[in-house]
Formats: sequence, structure tokens, C-alpha cells
Amino acid sequence: MNSPVVAPSRAATVDDAGRVDQAMRGFLAEIGSGAALAMEACVHCGRCAEACHFYVQTGDPRYTPIHKIAPLRQAYQREVGPFAFAYRLFGLTPRVTAGQLATWQDLIYDSCNMCGRCSLICPMGIDIAGLVEQARHGMFDAGLAPADYLGVLAEKEHATGSPFGLTRAQFRDMLHQVGRTHDVVMHVDEPRADIVPTVSSVDLKTYPASMAAIAKILNHMGAAWTFRTDGFDADNASLTAGDRAGQRAITLSIVRAAMECGAGTVVMPECGHSFTEMRWEAANTFGRSLPFRVLQITELLAEGLADGRIRVNRVAQTATYHDACQLSRRGGATAAPRVVLHALGIDVREMADSGDTGWCCGGGGGVALIKRAQALRAHAFEIKRRQVEATGADTMYTSCSGCRQTLDHGGKSVNWTTTVASLLELVAANLKD
Amino acid sequence: MTMLEIARGPAMQVSILIMVGGIGWRLAGILLLRRRPQRAAPRHGFVRRICGGLSAILSRFIPRRTFRRGTAVSVVLSAVFHLGLAVVLFGGAPHILLIRQITGLTWPGLPKGIVVMASGLTLASMIALLVRRMTHPVLRLLSTVDDYLSWLVVFLPVFTGILLSGETIGGYATLLSLHILSVELLLVWLPFGKLMHGLLVFAGRGAMGVTFARKGAAT
Repeated sequence: MNSPVVAPSRAATVDDAGRVDQAMRGFLAEIGSGAALAMEACVHCGRCAEACHFYVQTGDPRYTPIHKIAPLRQAYQREVGPFAFAYRLFGLTPRVTAGQLATWQDLIYDSCNMCGRCSLICPMGIDIAGLVEQARHGMFDAGLAPADYLGVLAEKEHATGSPFGLTRAQFRDMLHQVGRTHDVVMHVDEPRADIVPTVSSVDLKTYPASMAAIAKILNHMGAAWTFRTDGFDADNASLTAGDRAGQRAITLSIVRAAMECGAGTVVMPECGHSFTEMRWEAANTFGRSLPFRVLQITELLAEGLADGRIRVNRVAQTATYHDACQLSRRGGATAAPRVVLHALGIDVREMADSGDTGWCCGGGGGVALIKRAQALRAHAFEIKRRQVEATGADTMYTSCSGCRQTLDHGGKSVNWTTTVASLLELVAANLKD
Repeated sequence: MTMLEIARGPAMQVSILIMVGGIGWRLAGILLLRRRPQRAAPRHGFVRRICGGLSAILSRFIPRRTFRRGTAVSVVLSAVFHLGLAVVLFGGAPHILLIRQITGLTWPGLPKGIVVMASGLTLASMIALLVRRMTHPVLRLLSTVDDYLSWLVVFLPVFTGILLSGETIGGYATLLSLHILSVELLLVWLPFGKLMHGLLVFAGRGAMGVTFARKGAAT
């Protein structure tokens, strides 16, 4: 087992007792009837293990999904559940301890992609991924988010609005630089626009061509659009780290930026978690319905292809498609990429498990940002590698930069010949003049 | 007052009172917690969302194709146990008679041979489930006192029921008393442990189905 690491910013200021108190408050802050029902309903059947790539590949029972939230359940049972008084009175459920939290750090973070595959198998209908997200809130509050990349990025995002600490001016310069490099007109901080696209920090760092692709497509559509430097980075590392305040700040900055220019549509980048956050949680954070609609870029492409605003050349290619869990299984946007692939004329060879039941790339839920989880990610990649190779396709498209990066890294480690590519960039490269 | 009279009288009344009160308390403890708002524009309308809930309630009885190999043993044993128990409960003539006395509803009973076979299968599946729970690494890790206690309070009525049907040992009145008392033990424990899943399964699946259907995601 990996040794637990406390976030550097909190290690010196919080003792074990304080850490447990903070974790308990974080665990229980958002327990509502839905989470309570889920935790009361579990029958300990263990079937969820069979849906988790980490258990399937290692056979280690600790990776059983419902086991990963044991401290959350313990806290609920002792403090909130219908018989909490009896559990406390008779000592049936002990307090969560600092040692327990430390032990569970790698289960709640390193070995859970929050991919929700376990939610599909549960005979009781428990959304375990949702409970893991709640468990992370407590862990973050206790300073127990992994202190390496994920924790550092989340803290920087909380402080600056960008996991890389990019200022508005730096982002503006970067966009214009990308525009010049790819010979595409960039619209930045226009006072009025119908469409506001956002970007992922993975794109900023690794795949800047995807920002040019978005611009090229929106220009092709003849849309009134603009990037907004006051709400640009949708990545939301805070969400996966469990930092509710940071998550809220990032979400609201995008909402306000879009409202500022009167946008009717906010387009989320090729990024899974940012989509589920903005599409399904932002209105709750905002406190009322959003005054604009939220589309993942693939949904915008499918919509544009259907109504003729986007016209593409057909591509003679055989390929497979990797569904980002947050877009398909967790976000409901399973059909859109297939509409796009079909419009491009691609011979799509689906993997044995695709669409709603597809396996995670292994990097979701911020796991890609946890260095010590590299060996676990390799296990997950192995399943994907087998399924991709069984299709016979030499190219795999995806609509999530995080998945793309994880699969790129996994492929490099085994000298994989399969190309992992962006569906967005494919469309941008094949627009009709 | 004989043991049978106690079992049929005050013990039955007390156990039903505890069960009803306990179920009410537990459900209230869950449902009275606040509900998270769902303010995002749904992908589907009300009818599709309700259909999603109903679909989840029905479809989760059998795992999706991709999960079947890994869950086959668990699914088959659970199915044999639940179906066997249902056959005994609703097909056995003495149980039908009891239901008629309480509700006025009645239906033809199944032949005794079928009920006996179902009892045997139920018992065998329970023993297999127990052995699996005690030996499978995942189940051993997850199991708590509740799992074993719940198993025991279900096993006892099944076991005493089989003894009663064959009148193999002891007198009829004694066996009947033990059978009724074991059922009462089950009723008393039902609200406090995992046996509540008999009610929560529908709520859990339905709530999840509605939530996921709202997003247009698979239920």
C-alpha cells in the first residue's frame, strides 16, 4: 500500500483529531436522502467488484468499489443514519480514525476513476461514483487529497482560477499564438457572442491544436462566438480533488463570463468531468436554471452536422472510438460522437465494451494526476489495449483530452502502434471549404 | 398459555409492532433528509424519466451482458434463493391459508412436492451463499455481523418450515411454535439490517433510474 501524504498546505496546521473532524464535516455536509438511500440499500453482494478495472485486473478485494467508501458509510451510520443513536450508544460503529483515513486515501483517490461502471452493475441501483465524490470532499477538507500533481493543481486552481496559474493576459496571448500558428481567426473577449467555448487545461498544456480546431469549426459555422478570459479553463481539477469551494469558483466563473456576453450556448471542450460539472451540476451551484444551454463539443458537432451548419468531407478510414465515461455513462452524450463518425464516413469498429459499458481509460477522476497511481493506470490500460486491438482498427478517436493523454501515455509505455486522436481535430481537419 | 399460544398471540403482535415501527423509523430517517436540487435542464421529459426509473427496477434483476460472466454464481444463487422462497411463501397451502385469514385473499396452492423441492433448493442456495460469503475474498472483506445475522434469521424459518412439513422430529405443535417464533425473529430484525433491501431495492433502483434518465444516460 502507498503511504498517505497530506497536502503540504495543511500538513503543518492540522493535527490528527482536527483532520478527522474536518473529514467528518466534509463527509456529512452533503448527505441527502439520495446518498442515504444508496448507503442503506447496499447488501454487500460484491458484484460491483466485477465492474471495476482495478479489481478485475489485480484481483485485490480492496478495490471493490463499495469498499472504497467505507469511511463515508461509517460516518453516515454513526452520525446521520436512522439508527445513529443506537450505533453510538452501543458502540456498534466506531468513530472514523485518522489512521483509517490515511489508509483509505489511495482507495478514494488513486484507485477510483469515478467512471461509474460499478453503478451499472449494482443490483440495488447505488451510484457508487457519486458517493466517492462525496467521500473526496471529506478527504480534501482533511488535507488528504494526494499531495502531488492533483493536490497541487487543485490548490493552484483554487487560488488563481487555473490549475497552471495562467492569468487572463497569458491565456489571451496563448490563444492568439495558437491562432497565428494554425492560421485561424481567434475571437477573444468579444463583448457579445452567441457561443462561448471553454478549454481544458490538458489542451492548454498538451493539445493546443484542439483550441484552434474549435475556433476553426465555429468560424466555419458562421457563429458569433468568443473565448472569455474571465472564464476559460473548464478542467475543474478541484472537482476531482474534492475541493467544493474551488469547484464552485471555477464553475461560477464560466457561468458569469457567459452571461456577461449574453451567450446562448456554452460549449465544453473535449473533457469529461468538465462536461458533467457544467451540464449537470452548474445550475445547482448557481442556484437556478442556467440562462444558456450547455453542450459538449461533440454534441455541437453532431447538431451542426445534422442542421447543415457544419459540412465535412468523408474520410476513408477504419477506426474505433473510446467513450469518455463522463460523457457517455455519466453524461448521457453517448450518441453524439457516433453521429459525427458516421457523418465523416468512418468505418467504426466498436470495442466489445463500448458506449455506456465502456471501460475507463484509467486516468479519470484525477487519477491521471496522481503519480503513484501509474502502476494502477497501467492495469486499466491493459483492458483497453486488448479491446482496441481486437477491433483491428489502427486509430482510436476520443472526445476527451484527459483520456487521450492517459491512453497516449499508456501506449508509449508498451510501444503501442495504435494512434489515439481527437474527434474534434478530425472534424476540423475535414471541413468543406 | 402454551408456547404456540404465545407465538400466535403476544409474540406475533409485538414482532409486527416492532417491524412496522422500525420500517417507518428507518424510511423516515432516509426520506426526511434534504433532497439535492436538480436544476439542470433535463435531457428528457417527465414520462421518459419515470420510464427510466421503471426500467431500472426491472432490468437490474439480470446484469447486462458484459457483466454476466463475472456475476453468474452470485446471480444464480440469489435467484434460486429468492424464487424458492417466493414459491414456498406464496405456493405453500399453510401460508395461503394464513394469508386468507389475514387479508381474505386466496389462491390455489402448489402441489406439496413442488413446495418441498423449492424449500430444499432455498435451503441449499442459502448454505451455498453462506459458504461463498465466508470464502470469497471480496465478500469476506465486505461482510459484517448484519450479513450473518440476516442469513440466520432467514435460515431458521426455512429450516423449521421444512421440519414442520415433514414432521420429522418433535411434535407438530412444538415445530409449529418454533417456526412461527423464527418468523417473528425475522420480522423483528427486518427493519434494522440488510433485509430491508426487500423494500429499498425498488426505491434505490427507481431513484437511480430517474436520475440517470434525466441525463439521458443508461439506467
